[in-house]
Amino acid sequence: MVDATDMVPATAASREPATMLAPKKKRPSRAGAIVRYGLLIVVGLVMIYPLLWLIGASFKTNQEIFSTPWFWPQNPTFQGYIDGWQTSTPYTFGRFFFNSLCIVVPKVIGTAVSSTLVAYGFARFDFPGKKLLFGVLIATLLLPDVVTRIPQYLLFRELGWLDTFLPLFVPQWFAWEAFFVFMLIQFLRAIPREMEEAARVDGANTMQTLIFIVVPMLKPAIISVCLFQFMWTMNDFLGPLIYISSVENYPISLALRLAIDTTEAFNWNEILAMTVLALTPSLVVFFIAQKYFIEGIATGGVKG
Amino acid sequence: MAELQLRSVEKTYGNGYKAVHGIDLDVEEGEFMVLVGPSGCAKSTTLRMIAGLETITGGEVRIGDTVVNDLVPGKRGIAMVFQNYALYPHMKVTKNLSFGLRLKGVAKPRIAAATDEVSGILEIEQLLDRLPKQLSGGQAQRVALGRALIKSPDVFLFDEPLSNLDAKLRASMRVRITDLHKRLRDEGRPATVVYVTHDQVEAMTMGDRICVMKDGRIMQVADPQTLYARPANAFVAGFIGMPEMNLVDAVLTRDGGVPQLTVAGQTVAVRDGLAGRITAADGPVRLGIRPQHLDVVDPDAADAFTGEITTTEFLGHEVNLHVRLGGEPLVAVTPADDTTTALGRGDRVGLKPRGAKVHLFAPGDEGENISLGTH
Repeated sequence: MVDATDMVPATAASREPATMLAPKKKRPSRAGAIVRYGLLIVVGLVMIYPLLWLIGASFKTNQEIFSTPWFWPQNPTFQGYIDGWQTSTPYTFGRFFFNSLCIVVPKVIGTAVSSTLVAYGFARFDFPGKKLLFGVLIATLLLPDVVTRIPQYLLFRELGWLDTFLPLFVPQWFAWEAFFVFMLIQFLRAIPREMEEAARVDGANTMQTLIFIVVPMLKPAIISVCLFQFMWTMNDFLGPLIYISSVENYPISLALRLAIDTTEAFNWNEILAMTVLALTPSLVVFFIAQKYFIEGIATGGVKG
Repeated sequence: MAELQLRSVEKTYGNGYKAVHGIDLDVEEGEFMVLVGPSGCAKSTTLRMIAGLETITGGEVRIGDTVVNDLVPGKRGIAMVFQNYALYPHMKVTKNLSFGLRLKGVAKPRIAAATDEVSGILEIEQLLDRLPKQLSGGQAQRVALGRALIKSPDVFLFDEPLSNLDAKLRASMRVRITDLHKRLRDEGRPATVVYVTHDQVEAMTMGDRICVMKDGRIMQVADPQTLYARPANAFVAGFIGMPEMNLVDAVLTRDGGVPQLTVAGQTVAVRDGLAGRITAADGPVRLGIRPQHLDVVDPDAADAFTGEITTTEFLGHEVNLHVRLGGEPLVAVTPADDTTTALGRGDRVGLKPRGAKVHLFAPGDEGENISLGTH
């Protein structure tokens, strides 16, 4: 119901008090805004300071790092980067970057392809046992990761895949991550089916409909999936720790630990310099794809 | 181009709900057939079964000489225009138009020629480089039409294509579609069309024949004139025509061959044009008379019902009079002149049915017309 007072016509007389009130109202709200944004800026700085310190410290000498909490280096030097890149092993850090790439690329592609296929199936087709299977899929979301570690390890040991990259990305080729499948299903549910029906009338078969119609419409969600998977994989420590044993196969996350283990006095500037390098790919990729990323999350979450 | 036949077509959903109860329908080659009915009458379901977007759970759909029950939509030789256009959002108009042809592997020069021709016919040449989101509703619907036209299908299927457009645009698109249909017929490549709508104006103005449906059954299939003048049952009579036909309970008696109708205690003799047509015995019936066929006369005049006006609606050239006759409401449409315009709530007025236009139906919502004569 509309309140009767809302329906008073906006004549000059009835508008007048509003215009008189307006400046009075504005002043406290401006002060409020200053307080709000001031607070946000302070909290934001507190949150980002460790990152700023990390970047600053990577240009400091080892002695300077712990002598001052201020992030700006007094005598900026690249020595940390130069020494860190060489590492204490026979391999340079480039090798570890390459190893990470060997895991990340097949993992991201496999996740995107398989999750899209499975989500398409669940969202658009009716088949016997669909409800049960979907229930099982969602149930795996609730299963703690750690529970499956040991059986998986035994499985991959039997397959002779230990100390290879295979255990780190092959499961993802089979829509292993229920979260991504669920996210894509939610996104698909928000897309009307008429476009796909039009494509079928136009003569497209199921796969053509998926590739030419559904995937382009799903693009924001698929990009989000790729981004998530990229960042999670770059940061994954436990997976490589379990399956990778020889240094030549170490990805970045393990290689960073390597530096801590093998040197007697930690060369913190080298570790921090390499940490900065290790962060860079995730940050770059995120900022490039930020637009799609947010679109994908927002649509997948709000609708459906 | 080909004819379309539906033979005892049924649709039963997985939960046991039967939406379509054995429909028989023949659409001739080049004919514009409109499926019309209230929402939930399964007209869209029927169309989607013809298209192959819904499975057919009983009966047979035939396009030309082929039974298409088990063919995928792309192999049925159909094209469809959807209510919300269903343009591919990531493709420019050109690509939207040619998607079907590209899938078929048609050579590029032929695709270009077809795109040119279709965009010329529909006047969308200047839109070819746009994305669907840059089109207005009317433009998008023209592109959707083009996407169907470019395939030169055997049968065109329209699923309420104009219901998303505003009234003005709807009227112009209506004319455009019927023009296009006639033009194709004149060019010697007639298009068989099945057009679903809930709007009786679209149905009456566009269809060569109209199929009126209710609850998954066909009520009547006929050309617009027949549908209006000789409705097969009370449902069709009430569905077609504006304002709706008056349908009131009455008792039929005969007095020396002259039919007498008693409504709410008033008995009126219908002297001409009805006696010869009645095919049922005396008894309770439903009287059907269109508002346009009730003449406004003085109260208590001979052969006229007398009632009290509850509302008048002035429309400029005519006046709608809502009259209460005992418990029965009646509407009469009368030309606006000084007398009728002066009538107001509470005035008593006589309503005389024109005998030739009176319909009698068997009792019930779908009571059959018992005043069609024996031919």
